[in-house]
Amino acid sequence: MAEARTPLLEVHGLCKQFPGVRALHEVALELHQGEVLALIGENGAGKSTLMKILAGVQPADSGEYLIEGKPVRFQNVRDTMAAGVALIHQELNLAANLDLAANIFLGREPNQFGFFQNRNIHDEAAKFLKLVGLDLPTETLVGNLPIGKQQLVEIAKALSCDARVLIMDEPTSSLSQTETETLFEVVHDLRRQGISIIYISHRLGEVKELADRVTVFRDGENAGDLAKDEINHDAMVRLMVGRDLSEFYDRQIHSPGKMVLDVEQIRTPEYPNTEVSLKIHAGEIVGIAGLVGAGRTELLQTLFGVTPALGGTIRMNGALIRPQSPRDAIAAGMALAPEDRKLHGLVLPMTVRENASLASLKRDQNKGLLNFPAEEAIAKEAVEQLQIKTPHLEQVARFLSGGNQQKIVLGKWLALTPQLLMLDEPTRGIDVGAKREIYRLMEKLAGEGMAILFVSSEMEEVLGMADRALVMHEGRIAGELAQNELSEEAIMQLATGTRLAA
Amino acid sequence: MNKNTLGIFGLLVAIFAITALLNDKFISAYNMQNLIKWSSLYAVMSIGVAFVIITGGIDLSIGSVVGLVAVVLAYQLKVKGIDPGQAIITTMCMSLLIGLIHGLLITKAKIQPFVVTLCGLLIYRSLGRWFTDNQSLGPVPLEDDKGYANIDTINSLDQIFSGKIAITDSFNLPTPALFLLLFGIAAALFLNRTIWGRYLFALGNNEDGARYSGINTDNMKIIAYVICSFMAGVAGILFAFELDSVQPAQTGEFYELYAIAAAVLGGCSLRGGVGSILGVVIAATVIRLIYNSINMLGISTHLEFGILGIVILLGVMADEFLKRYSAQRATAKQKES
Repeated sequence: MAEARTPLLEVHGLCKQFPGVRALHEVALELHQGEVLALIGENGAGKSTLMKILAGVQPADSGEYLIEGKPVRFQNVRDTMAAGVALIHQELNLAANLDLAANIFLGREPNQFGFFQNRNIHDEAAKFLKLVGLDLPTETLVGNLPIGKQQLVEIAKALSCDARVLIMDEPTSSLSQTETETLFEVVHDLRRQGISIIYISHRLGEVKELADRVTVFRDGENAGDLAKDEINHDAMVRLMVGRDLSEFYDRQIHSPGKMVLDVEQIRTPEYPNTEVSLKIHAGEIVGIAGLVGAGRTELLQTLFGVTPALGGTIRMNGALIRPQSPRDAIAAGMALAPEDRKLHGLVLPMTVRENASLASLKRDQNKGLLNFPAEEAIAKEAVEQLQIKTPHLEQVARFLSGGNQQKIVLGKWLALTPQLLMLDEPTRGIDVGAKREIYRLMEKLAGEGMAILFVSSEMEEVLGMADRALVMHEGRIAGELAQNELSEEAIMQLATGTRLAA
Repeated sequence: MNKNTLGIFGLLVAIFAITALLNDKFISAYNMQNLIKWSSLYAVMSIGVAFVIITGGIDLSIGSVVGLVAVVLAYQLKVKGIDPGQAIITTMCMSLLIGLIHGLLITKAKIQPFVVTLCGLLIYRSLGRWFTDNQSLGPVPLEDDKGYANIDTINSLDQIFSGKIAITDSFNLPTPALFLLLFGIAAALFLNRTIWGRYLFALGNNEDGARYSGINTDNMKIIAYVICSFMAGVAGILFAFELDSVQPAQTGEFYELYAIAAAVLGGCSLRGGVGSILGVVIAATVIRLIYNSINMLGISTHLEFGILGIVILLGVMADEFLKRYSAQRATAKQKES
């Protein structure tokens, strides 16, 4: 890369202060044309604050923002978009009740004095959708698509705004392996066209594959940069955390105990024509891999009674059960930490204590009255055992970081000492440090005899944590891989429906 | 008391003080008794609707339920001469049944609460008019006994439901206030001290999340609607004994608006998940106080609705503003941790 070239986008000396907290301090960043710059750092390092400043959502307190060498002052998102800087949020900004074309052109609909002019928005929309590998009729309602595909629509939308700089915030957190690869292709393609990308991600494997350069933040300050040949897992983690992290996945060998869950030929409402059978034993950690849309979450939801099974049998510890609601499943000894923790796992306006005790209220009640001492005890135990970072038990859950929120969800279930703990994407959107803590927790629980079934779209996680892996494809289990058979290729082949080579 | 309740209490004190200063007849025993009586009557209804609003729903039929209950009670006593105790029990069962029907339609048939209770509003009103042939029923108790055997029981019930208890030489506490105290305390205990109250708040904020945690959200919602109609029924009985005449077409008209206004002004968010019984009771009192003050201060009664509307709007705006401000401070604090 030519040294003397002016960066396309540059900030330095950026400071941002909130009452009582220093979010960014003298931060600098440089982005050249046609490069992919990865921005990494633990939660709270300042990445999202910087992102918001770059995208015009909020102003910096001080510092310079330069586009092509010229200082700019952005008042709002419109200004930044006009300058060609687009932000793709982790939380999607789509209208579920409108179709794909309407969403892509939301706010820019061709109109005459306010009346719609139906100039080919569907064809135009289809063009951009193809760029992200979505070959769907543009009349499809966004709300009918799974989250993975919705995210691709969000990216298509940004592309349609002629952005020169795309800021992507955890874009693959809801995408499957195939969709992620499509995204990478799109990213490479965009780079060839001279578009620059700031890529924020916790998935260091992706960063290694995609990034031309890496900038690391820690505690609101620059922690270092890595050139392409310096990018590797250890170097990144070391800069992010400020110290060496030994052994990320601390695995022990488990010998599975007695059978806890015995599922025979159940059919989920989502895939009524396929049958699923599986067996989980005490002390096992079983991973469920597969592409988005393979039916993994649906399987867990059926086991948990959210969408009851249409047929087949489920046995917990030998006893036949027919969970018609989560209550039934919980009574049988199951627990589920759902995929969307903010939507299904927690009641955000409630406190840590209230959330942690929510599932135990019935058990601990005093003839209908709330049992405050029991609630406090559960919450305290969860905070200690899981090392939840919260100023106190009455902190509102909404204000905690993703990792700590997930820990509260886990704490809620652990208070019931379930025999089978099901986790749907347990570490999505969680920083490196918290991830490791959750892995250690899973390990500890398995060591104590709990059966753990987890769904994950992170290849690394499945390879690292699972004793064995079940790979799903189009609603059925395509294959099972024992620990010594686990590999990225094997999982991918089963996930895409190809048979494993001998 | 949380900040919102404190705010509405402050409003109450402010209006009270201003009116007292400007009109010395305001603090008279007669006026205070009146204020307490009507506040209690309306507050009883508002407590019921607060339960429903906390679950994120709404009940537009309250006024019609009050009307129907009053009419059915008056009809049983005056026209059919049914034993008063039995009449009251039948009427209360009717209101429980109405609540159950609402709850079932909303949870099992999955019809939106707005629609279910709007239809209820229409249906119950017309039922009342139909079986009485829209005849006004005179006051309960009966003025002339026409040979009905129950006149004594009815009169003593009248003492209970719309009587007074002497507190000092000049001041008598209207009995509806005792009913308010009873139901208010019971409701507050239910919401804040029982597991079911916690379930209602959880499901009001995040129904799916509550269900995923093992809460029987359908049953809880049904309970909320039953409680709401039950309280409307209690109010209906109290109003029946209080009013000069029970008119099938008009008794209870618009009461749901007052009840919902009191709930909203008292801190219940229409989105669900938030609410305080004390706040609702104070807000119901504020609304009655506004009417009373308008009277006392000689302001044109044409402006009654207008002033009420403005007060509610400003009150909710202030609450929103405070919430946002404290959320901002809290997020900033969180960045620190």
